[in-house]
Amino acid sequence: MSATATPVTAAASDDLRFRYAVHLGDTSLILAQRLGEWVGHAPALEEDLALANIALDLLGQARHLLSYAGEIEGKGRSEDDLAFLRDPSDFGNLALVEQPNVDFGHTIVRQFLIDAWQLELFERLQSSVEPRFAELAAKALKETRYHYRFSSGWMVRLGDGTEESHQRVQAGLDALWKFTNELFAPGAVDEEAAAAGLGPDPASLRAAWLANVEPVLAEATLKKPADVSYRWFGKRNQHGEHLSHLLAEMQFMQRTYPGMQW
Amino acid sequence: MLAQAAGGVPLAQLRYTAPLPAAYDTEKIDRRLVLCHIVPEDCGGFMYTQGLDSLGADCLHQATDAAALEQRFQSKVDADDRIEPKDWMPDAYRQTLIRQISQHAHSEIVGMLPEGNWITRAPSLRRKAVLIAKVQDEGGHGMYLYSAAETLGISRDELLEQLLAGTAKYSSIFNYPTPTWADVGAIGWLVDGAAIMNQIPICRCSYGPYARAMVRICKEESFHQRQGFEIMMTLARGTPEQHRMAQDALNRWWWPSIMMFGPNDAASKHTAQSMRWKIKRFSNDELRQKFIDITVPQAEFLGLKVPDPDLRWDEATQHYVHGPIDWKEFEEVLKGNGPCNRERLETRRRAHDDGRWVREAALAYAEKQRARETQAA
Amino acid sequence: MSQQRKQWPLYEVFIRARSGLEHKHVGSIHAVDARQAVEHARDLYTRRQEGVSIWVVRSSDITASDPGEAEALFEPAKDKIYRHPTFYSIPDEVKNL
Repeated sequence: MSATATPVTAAASDDLRFRYAVHLGDTSLILAQRLGEWVGHAPALEEDLALANIALDLLGQARHLLSYAGEIEGKGRSEDDLAFLRDPSDFGNLALVEQPNVDFGHTIVRQFLIDAWQLELFERLQSSVEPRFAELAAKALKETRYHYRFSSGWMVRLGDGTEESHQRVQAGLDALWKFTNELFAPGAVDEEAAAAGLGPDPASLRAAWLANVEPVLAEATLKKPADVSYRWFGKRNQHGEHLSHLLAEMQFMQRTYPGMQW
Repeated sequence: MLAQAAGGVPLAQLRYTAPLPAAYDTEKIDRRLVLCHIVPEDCGGFMYTQGLDSLGADCLHQATDAAALEQRFQSKVDADDRIEPKDWMPDAYRQTLIRQISQHAHSEIVGMLPEGNWITRAPSLRRKAVLIAKVQDEGGHGMYLYSAAETLGISRDELLEQLLAGTAKYSSIFNYPTPTWADVGAIGWLVDGAAIMNQIPICRCSYGPYARAMVRICKEESFHQRQGFEIMMTLARGTPEQHRMAQDALNRWWWPSIMMFGPNDAASKHTAQSMRWKIKRFSNDELRQKFIDITVPQAEFLGLKVPDPDLRWDEATQHYVHGPIDWKEFEEVLKGNGPCNRERLETRRRAHDDGRWVREAALAYAEKQRARETQAA
Repeated sequence: MSQQRKQWPLYEVFIRARSGLEHKHVGSIHAVDARQAVEHARDLYTRRQEGVSIWVVRSSDITASDPGEAEALFEPAKDKIYRHPTFYSIPDEVKNL
């Protein structure tokens, strides 16, 4: 991959490293949490196992990133403090990943759109000036290649399967498409991070993302939805109503029994 | 004949040659031909329609053959040789295995639910990862076991249907609820502990595929019990609130775990035959005693109290003596009147029904693909 | 109705534990096609790094020897003990044989 490195225009402050790690870590964490909801309830046992595997990969990424965020922050917060004791408005995950599972079709669309993005993100993040990000990216890239194989396979099977599956997956695509604006939008932590050489410029990921998405949609006989000007972004800490419910459940133990070891 | 054998037998010829009882609808089993066994033609249908203990008078002329076959089968078992899918086996042996392996598989699948209940609420990211991996393992173990059951000529779909219809059994322990995080610890420590006690002897079961599945399962499960004990230890040594949580979980899971070994030997109708066939190697009571002897000191180490006022150490026998087991409760839960029987099956049914369109879409796509490839060729 | 009764076909799974070893039969898996069978086999049988390579084959494509002919197939090799090195007695002092 010979993508030109983003020119470094500012040294990365600890605060920026922290916020960028939280943005990436939260994205993996919240998606893992959503996938965890499936375990024991998937359409086939094989998919229970597959979704659990992906959840475990994402959870591993989240732990790596949030631990690092805690270290760089220097206030003694652990991965668990960050995961369980922050409020919804402190979460920097992409809004796409907090969207509910709805059905297997929605879940696969959400996974596919993120996988197609993470493929390019992690590819480029390998040349981060911060070794901890580069390390994480090298490992996560391998995981993501498999996730993408899984989700794109299902996109095609569902899109080109039965009438019902086609409709359901198209509905998922239509519902979730607006949240993909955020993946490439400027004006948030990832753009700052790019300026400091910590990661790729979000806008520069779009071409590769489309190249990962469009052929699969075509094979799946799915229609790419029209772009809309949706502009509420999780990476700017703007969340809808779903995240606080998700966190209420995820944070239940730590909030109910503060300060205990588990 | 030899020429054909040298070149192998097309699987289509390895069909059941005898009329089959309803449970063996050939249409459902022919995808499993590769592993189904051959019925000697001269035996007609009797092996599938009659228990070996009750040969009909009209089958008497075949009985000598059957007796010889069974003799050979039993001496193989006695010699600790393994029975493989295509080998001749008494029908009752096959039925017993299908019943036991599928019950075991169902237990793994239903067993995903009580613990799965805590995946989204695990109190740390480490615990969450461990729990996802563990529940996933249980799904995997269910798959190994269904796979072993399928070698006996029954399909997984058929077995799952029996589960969802409520006609198949699974371990009744999974009909108990997991209201607190400590239940995840108690299940790992006690339920997995009891399961491992039950399963280790099955690694030497006379039926090859079951024994092999069990070897893999036991290997993978060794972490399950340890993580459960670790959770209990953390709670027992934590705040008074956490200690109380741990004790409460032990109070609720102790007796159901003890009952997991099944009825007393005197009341167990399957034990003797299963032991002769080496499907089972220890009796229910032997395994139960072993479990109690091992587990009571662990509870003491945790500083938790086993909820059995009659429990005492007997110097003479070097075993713990436990109080009376409430078999009425066991029967009630078995009958479907446990705290979560209905919820567990409903959850499985919902997953199955909600997933139907997905499974069908995948099949439809694969069929289209094959048609396209044929056309292109 | 028959559509509903249909289940995902069965594949047999073979795993190479590490380079230098042969693929070994480990069990079976349900999948709609070979690509998915590889994925399902990966997810079920290599959760603990048990393999570096996977083969899958439709169970119905396997041809097996007939157990009724096991004696005809395998017994004749039984008395060919001269195929084994221990059949030959060589004095101890002779080296490298």
